[in-house]
Amino acid sequence: MLKSLHIDPMKCTGCLQCEMACSYEHHGVINPSKSRIKVFSFEHEGRKVPYTCTQCSDAWCMHACPVEAITLDAATGAKVVSESVCVGCKVCTIACPFGTINYVSDSGKVQKCDLCGDNPACATACPTGAITYVDADWTGLDKMRQWAAKANTAVAAE
Amino acid sequence: MGWNRKVLRVNLTTGTCSTEPLNMAWADKYLGSRGLATKYFVEEVDPKVDPLSPENKMIMTTGPLTGTMASTGGRYSVVTKGPLTGAIACSNSGGFFGAELKFAGWDQIIFEGKSPKPVYLYLENDKAELRDAGHLWGKTCWETEETIKHELHDPQVRVSSIGRAGENLVRFACIVNDLHRAAGRSGVGAVMGSKNLKAVALRGTKGVSGIKDFKEFMKVTAEKKKVLADNAVTGQGLPKYGTQVLMNVINEIGALPTRNHRDVQFEEASKISAEAMHEKRPTDGKAHLVTNAACFGCTIACGRISEIDKGHFTVQNNPKYWGASGGLEYEAAWALGAANGVGDLEALQYANLLCNEDGMDPISFGATVGAVMELYDLGILTAEAIGVDSPFGSAAALARMAEMTARGEGFGKELGEGSARLCAKYGRPDLSMSVKGQEFPAYDSRGIQGMGLTYATSNRGACHLRSYTVASEVLGIPVKTDPLATEGKPELVKAFQDATGVFDAAGICVFTSFAWTLADIQPQIQAACEGDWSLEKLNEVGERIWNLERQFNLAAGFTAKDDTLPPRLLKEPAKTGPAKGLVNGLDKMLPEYYQVRGWTPEGVPTEETLARLAL
Repeated sequence: MLKSLHIDPMKCTGCLQCEMACSYEHHGVINPSKSRIKVFSFEHEGRKVPYTCTQCSDAWCMHACPVEAITLDAATGAKVVSESVCVGCKVCTIACPFGTINYVSDSGKVQKCDLCGDNPACATACPTGAITYVDADWTGLDKMRQWAAKANTAVAAE
Repeated sequence: MGWNRKVLRVNLTTGTCSTEPLNMAWADKYLGSRGLATKYFVEEVDPKVDPLSPENKMIMTTGPLTGTMASTGGRYSVVTKGPLTGAIACSNSGGFFGAELKFAGWDQIIFEGKSPKPVYLYLENDKAELRDAGHLWGKTCWETEETIKHELHDPQVRVSSIGRAGENLVRFACIVNDLHRAAGRSGVGAVMGSKNLKAVALRGTKGVSGIKDFKEFMKVTAEKKKVLADNAVTGQGLPKYGTQVLMNVINEIGALPTRNHRDVQFEEASKISAEAMHEKRPTDGKAHLVTNAACFGCTIACGRISEIDKGHFTVQNNPKYWGASGGLEYEAAWALGAANGVGDLEALQYANLLCNEDGMDPISFGATVGAVMELYDLGILTAEAIGVDSPFGSAAALARMAEMTARGEGFGKELGEGSARLCAKYGRPDLSMSVKGQEFPAYDSRGIQGMGLTYATSNRGACHLRSYTVASEVLGIPVKTDPLATEGKPELVKAFQDATGVFDAAGICVFTSFAWTLADIQPQIQAACEGDWSLEKLNEVGERIWNLERQFNLAAGFTAKDDTLPPRLLKEPAKTGPAKGLVNGLDKMLPEYYQVRGWTPEGVPTEETLARLAL
């Protein structure tokens, strides 16, 4: 079963445990500035939104890369950057419509979410269930369940 | 190792920044943050110094767990001599600023001297730079943060700043970071203002890499997060209701100070409670509360984000307050509400927004308003003198006084002196509900006896965050004690005071102590920090911090006479509730407390005690 990161901004408190976990997983340090998932805070609306790569099937970054440094991990569906091949040209960062692949000045390469080899550290670290790793074909399952529950109540009320 | 081992020293007089290694011998004895910075402070500053003079120093400091995955590991503290109290001040804040300081590679910043003109410090990893803040002077904390982010072309910068209250040397001015978190008490913002330091802006991209045993640290911090999640208070009560969950509880047990402590129960408590924040308003059909929010690394997320009623008289013509913003927390809701007899939730939020916007401690501000309302009630202060009719319960007076104090207008200048100075000026020092010049927080010590001893002996003046015996006396954490009894309270207060010092020094939030004891923190510190951090050692660190602060205060001129409560709490019995007929039994607790502490009957640590703690 292919899985996807599923994000529910309504559950996010903005604690940044996900950013810390991501940076530790990939860089061995606690450093949100190196995280591949980013929590945005919209202060005046009181909203926090975690945002990261959604692993497009037909990925702009992959097509744009002139040296084929971005490849598909068939097991997870992740589009993975090969650091040894990447030349740091940043064309992928322009091609990506969502901004979720980014240049790292320390390494001179780009980085993006690779789903941690099928065990995303951000989802494990999230204390509220705002970030989960679920069946890719059923990312809407929880919402469907919620609406289904309401439908039942409505019937019962009549 | 937890620490970055690096201190930035900023001489504001000469405009120079220098780097020095962290004193690791002191780190081993004081752990970090509140403990370690206090050690630096007492070594470097004359206890008799005028808090608002250039000779005072101000330290922004982090703990070894700040900026790590330990839950709530985002705290930083500001240590200085407080202008409200003249005692040691250590004010603690969450948000994201503290972690960013660690990520930039530092443990603490020591500010000394006074800048000849307004400046702000910009710290980008190793690069430290004092920049002109002439254009920021006169701006609020909110405007300052926005302007700095704009001019540095960096929306990811974290900013701590003072508003107009700090500039105007309001004695309870605070330092605000991330819009609505604050190093709130004792007037640390006025110290910053006296130094012409408007703000500190940080950007750190180095991260925390020096954890001693990363694998063990990740494992143990994950386990301890689960302890918080599984606990009813930290896992359910605080995220859902915030600290405001206490409003109805404390009112019911007759310990909600009302109308400047004339009463211990507020008839409108339910209108300003957590439950009320969840309810839909009749005016616009929306709930006051928008969502909860977390500080850095916090898996509790007790913070409140609310939206004020746009049609409320305080903001109907002022759209800038219409968006979601921080508040109300319990202490603010109490101080702005029950303490003044005001039961208008929206008015409390308005006053709270002004406190956040211009950097004022809502506890001391609200309690000072309560004192003014009593002086008005007694005919000592008039509407003409204050600038507004100020009977108890007036939301309009509360709103107007918040505006005046934040902006330094008219009578607001007198309010900005705090209740002790204000009440003394008008011949009624007994009406200031304060200890060592700092106003009480939201627990009446007639209904919760241990809190009387807590307040009387707190090293930074009246404060609940130095030993929160409410946990034991009301909530039964870690064991239930009788709130109306004085027996056993000296030991209880000492135990809470010492343990709290460790929570603060570690760089984590004291709210974790609803679920964690020192035994839960110990393995996290042990995995992060070099050295052997046994439970015994941590207990000793806590006690050492307490005694160090005490010694500073004694050297500053405080004596056992200052370990007392206002006459109202000692002589006027509670009128209603379970504590009806009771006063606070401080006289029964204090001598025993000195004994338990290993202090003389005059409240001075004995030679033996000092030797035992290697002080």
